Amino acid sequence: MLEPIKVSLESLNLITLAPMLIAIAGGLIILCIDLIKENLDKSLYVMLTVLVLFTDFISVMGLNVNERGFFDVMLIDGVSIISQLLIVAGSMLFIPLGLTSRRFHEYEYPEFFALFLFMIAGFQFMAASDNLILIFVGIETASLALYTLIALHNRSDSYEAAVKYFTMGALAAAFYAMGSAVIYALTGSVELYQVAEVLSSRLDEAGLMIAVFGSSVLLLSAFAFKLSLFPFHTWAPDVYQGATAPLAGYMSVVPKIAAFVVSIRLFGMYIELGVEWVRIIILVIAVLTMTLANIMALVQEDVKRMLAYSSISHAGFVVAALALDTTDGNTSIFLYYALFMFTNLGAFAMLWISRHKQRRFDDRYDNPYEKFAGLINIMPVGAVIMALFMLSLAGVPPFSVFWGKIYVMQAAVNAGYVWLAIVMGLNSAIAAYYYLKLVVYMFLKEPVKSVDVVYYNLSKPLMAIIGFATVATVTAIFYVQPLISYLYYMISASGY
Amino acid sequence: MDNILSVLVFFPAIAGMLGFVVNKDSARVYGITVAAIEFFLSLWLWFAFDGHNPGMQFVEMIPMIPDFGVSYYLGVDGISLFIILMTTLMTLIGIMSMSVTENVKNMVITLLFLEMTMVGVFVSLDAIIFYLFWELSLVPMLYIIGAWGGTLRVYAAIKFFLYTFMGSLIMLVGMLFVAYIYHDLTGVWSFALTDWYALVLPVNYQLWLFAAFFIGFAIKVPMFPFHTWLPYAHGQAPTIGSVILAAVLLKMGTYGFVRFSLPMFPDASVIAITPIAMISIIMIIYTAMVAYAQKDMKQVVAYSSVSHMGIIMLGIFAMNAEGIGGSVFQMLSHGIVSGALFMLVGVIYDRRHTKMMDEFGGLASIMPKYAVIFGIMLMASVGLPLTIGFVGEFLVLIGFYQVSPIMTILAGSSIILGAVYMLSVYKKSFFGPVTKDENKTLKDLDIKETVSLVPLVLIVIWLGVYPKPILEPIDNSVKAMLSFMDEKAITQEAKDMIQVAKSTKEMK
Repeated sequence: MLEPIKVSLESLNLITLAPMLIAIAGGLIILCIDLIKENLDKSLYVMLTVLVLFTDFISVMGLNVNERGFFDVMLIDGVSIISQLLIVAGSMLFIPLGLTSRRFHEYEYPEFFALFLFMIAGFQFMAASDNLILIFVGIETASLALYTLIALHNRSDSYEAAVKYFTMGALAAAFYAMGSAVIYALTGSVELYQVAEVLSSRLDEAGLMIAVFGSSVLLLSAFAFKLSLFPFHTWAPDVYQGATAPLAGYMSVVPKIAAFVVSIRLFGMYIELGVEWVRIIILVIAVLTMTLANIMALVQEDVKRMLAYSSISHAGFVVAALALDTTDGNTSIFLYYALFMFTNLGAFAMLWISRHKQRRFDDRYDNPYEKFAGLINIMPVGAVIMALFMLSLAGVPPFSVFWGKIYVMQAAVNAGYVWLAIVMGLNSAIAAYYYLKLVVYMFLKEPVKSVDVVYYNLSKPLMAIIGFATVATVTAIFYVQPLISYLYYMISASGY
Repeated sequence: MDNILSVLVFFPAIAGMLGFVVNKDSARVYGITVAAIEFFLSLWLWFAFDGHNPGMQFVEMIPMIPDFGVSYYLGVDGISLFIILMTTLMTLIGIMSMSVTENVKNMVITLLFLEMTMVGVFVSLDAIIFYLFWELSLVPMLYIIGAWGGTLRVYAAIKFFLYTFMGSLIMLVGMLFVAYIYHDLTGVWSFALTDWYALVLPVNYQLWLFAAFFIGFAIKVPMFPFHTWLPYAHGQAPTIGSVILAAVLLKMGTYGFVRFSLPMFPDASVIAITPIAMISIIMIIYTAMVAYAQKDMKQVVAYSSVSHMGIIMLGIFAMNAEGIGGSVFQMLSHGIVSGALFMLVGVIYDRRHTKMMDEFGGLASIMPKYAVIFGIMLMASVGLPLTIGFVGEFLVLIGFYQVSPIMTILAGSSIILGAVYMLSVYKKSFFGPVTKDENKTLKDLDIKETVSLVPLVLIVIWLGVYPKPILEPIDNSVKAMLSFMDEKAITQEAKDMIQVAKSTKEMK
C-alpha cells in the first residue's frame, strides 16, 4: 500500500503564489458582486480592478529574489519580479481607459473585468515559472481570456479579430506544446534548469543536434506568434484594428512582456548552451521584423493599423536584444518596454478618446489619417500631446522611447554587433516617416470634415491617464537612471 | 552667475511655454522682448568670458543617468561663444523682421523653442545632450517650413527632417561605439566630450567613427552630394525659416566637425583632408554655377550658402590655426550675411509675392535704401575687403594654401564665381530700366525692416574692418585644440600636417 504523501505547508512557500492568487480572487470577487447585485456601474468594477491590481503590485514587491515555491515550479527571480511589476503596472494604467464618457458594450459586463484579472494571473504565471507545463497553463489562461475580451466588443470585426487571434494563438500553442514535448523527450524533464543541465551534458551526442534544432524551431515559431514577429506577424494589424484602442494598446505591451520573459528563459538557455543558430535565427527574424513592418507601416491608411505595424517593428527591435544574451541586452528589453508602455498607452488613449460609434470618415477604418487632419486647429493641446507621443515613438530625444532605443543600440554595440545598431538606426529613420505623417496631418493640413469629432469620448479619468502618459513620456530623462539601475540589478541578480 | 549657460538654454524654452498664455495680438512683442533679453544674456556671457583662457568656461555638470554615463554637461569656449551670440542675434533680428501674419503666436512659440535647441547644441559638452538638442531642433524647423511655407512645404519639410534624422542616427551609433570603447578602456560609462578627447583610438577605429560622424554632420552642412534637401527647404520655407536655417542650423554641422571630428579623430581627419577638400571644392564651384543658373532670387542665395559652406569645410580641414579660426569666423559671417540676404529677399517677396528675378529690374531707382543694403550684403557675401565676408574667406584660403596651393586656387575661384552670380542678381533686379508697372509703386524699407537690417550692416562693416575682438578668443581656443590634436595624433603624417601655430598675430 502506498504511503500517503506528506507535504509540509512551509516547503510549498505559498507566498510565491500570492500575486496570482490575489488577481484570481479579485476576479472571483467581481463575479460574486455581480451575483448579489446586478447593473452596477462600470466605474465600480474599474476601481475594484485597479485596487486588486494595486494589491497584486504590492505583493510582488514583497517577494524575495531567487526563491522557488510550490513544488519548485514557481521561480521568483529578478526577471520574474520586474516583469510582474511591469505587467501589473501596465494593466493598472490601461484598465481605467474603460471610464469613457460614452457607453461601450463590453465594460457593462463584470465578466470583462474578471477575465481581465484572470488574464493577468496567466501572464504572471508565464513570468514566474521555469516549468514548461506551468508556462503553458499561463499562456493558455491569458490567451483565452484575451480572445474573449476582444470578442466582447460588440462589432463584427471584433469577432473577426478574436477568431483570427484565437486560431493563430491555438496554432502557436500547438507549436509550443510540440516544442516542449521534444525537449521532454530529449531530457526527461520540463524544468528548464534541469533541461539545461541534461542538454549541456548530452550536447555532444551524435544526432542530438537535429532534435535540439527541432525543438528550438518549434518554440521560436510559437513565440514569434506571441510576439508578432515576422513571418508570424500577419494577425497583428487585423486584430489591433478589430479590438478597441485600449485593448490594442494593451496587447502591444503587456502580453509581449510576458512572452519576452519566457523567451529570455528559453532562448537564453539555447544560446548559453552554445546553440549558435538560435542566435542567428533570432537576429535574422529581428532584422526582417523591424524592416518589413516598417515598410508595411509606411503604406497604412489607418492610424491604428500604423501603430500595429509600428509595435511589430518595436518588437523586432527588442527581440534583437534577446539574441545578444547579455545582461545589458536583457535589461534593455525591460527598459524598452517600460518606456514604450507610457508612450503607447498615451497614443492608443488618444485614439480611444476620438472613437465614435459610427465610422464617420471611412467605411473601413475607425482612425484614418484624415480624421486627424488639422487637429492643431481643433484641439491644440491634444494635437501637441499626440505629436509628442509620435516623436517619442520615432525615437526623438529626450522623450521616453529614445532612451530605450539607445540602450538597446548600446547593448548591441557592447556585444560587438555594430551592424545591428546601424540597422536599428536606419530603421528608426524609416519609422520616422510614418510617425511624421500623422504629425503632418495634425499640424500642417486643413481639417476635412466638421469638427465636433475629436473630444467625443473624453472624460476626466481619461484626461488624467493621458496627462500621466504625457508627463512620463516627457520627463523620462529624470527617471531613466533609477529604472536602469533597478532593472540591471534585478536581472544580474537572477543570472541573466 | 556661473550657471548662465543653463539660463541661456532654458530661458527661451520657459518663455515659449509661458507664451501659450500670451494673447495672440501681443505674441510678436512678447517674442521680440524674450529674444532681446536672451540676446543681452548672451552679450553678458561674452563680457564675462575670459578671452585669454582657451579652455571651457562656465562649465556646469549634473549627472543625469550615471549608470549610463549621461550627464547634463555644458560649457563654452572661444569657438562656440560667438556662434551662440550669432544665434541669439539672428533669432532676435529674425523675429523683429518677421512678416508672417497667420498664427503669429504659434510661430513665436516655435521660434523660442528652436532657440533653446540651437543654443543647446552649441553649449553641450555631453554627446547625448548634444544629440538631444540636435534632434530636437528638427521638430520646430519642420513645423516652421511645413506650416508657413510655400506650395510644396510639406514635402520640403519632411525631406528636411528625414534626411537629417537618418544622418544623425548613424552618428548616434558612432557615439554609442565611442562610449563603448571608453567603457572598455576605463570601466566607466561616459558621454562627456572632455572624457572622450582623452581617448587615443587606433587609426582604423578612427576612420570608421569619423565616417559615422561625417554622415551626421555632412548632411546637416550640407555637403555635396547630400545637399539636395537644402534648396527645397529654402525654396519652401518662409523668410524667417530660411534665415534661421541658413544662419544657425547649417552651422551645427560645421561646428560638429570642429567640436567632435577633429579633436576626437585627428589621424582620420588628416587622412580625410584630400577627399573632403575635393568635395568642398566641388561644392564651391558646382553650386556656384548652379546658383548662376537660377531664376529665383532665393534659390541663388540658397545655393550660394552651399558654396560658402564649402569654404568653411575647407578651412576646417586646413589643420592650422588660420584655417580653422577663419572657418569659425566664416561661420559667423555667413550666418549674418546669408541671414540678411534671405531677409532682403523676403522684403521684396512680401511686396511682390514673387522671387523671380525677371519680374524685377530697376529696383535701385524705386527702393534706394533697399538697394544700398542689398548691395552691401551682396558684397559681404562675395567677400569684398573691409566686409565681414572677406576676413573669414581670406583666412581660410591662407590656411589651406599651406596644405595645397592648387586646391586653394580652385577654391579661390569662389570669390570670382560668387561675384559673377551675385552681381548678375544685382544687375538683373536693381539696375536697368523699370520694366514692370507693378514695380513702380513699391515702397522702400519700412521702419521695422530698417531697424532689423541696419544693425546687421553695422556688424558686417565693423567686423570687416576690425575683427580682432572676435578673432582673438577664437584663435586661442583653436590653437589650444590644435596643439592638443598634435599631441594626440598617433601617425607621423598627422603630426606633420597638424600645425601648432606659433604666432598668427601679424594676420590680424
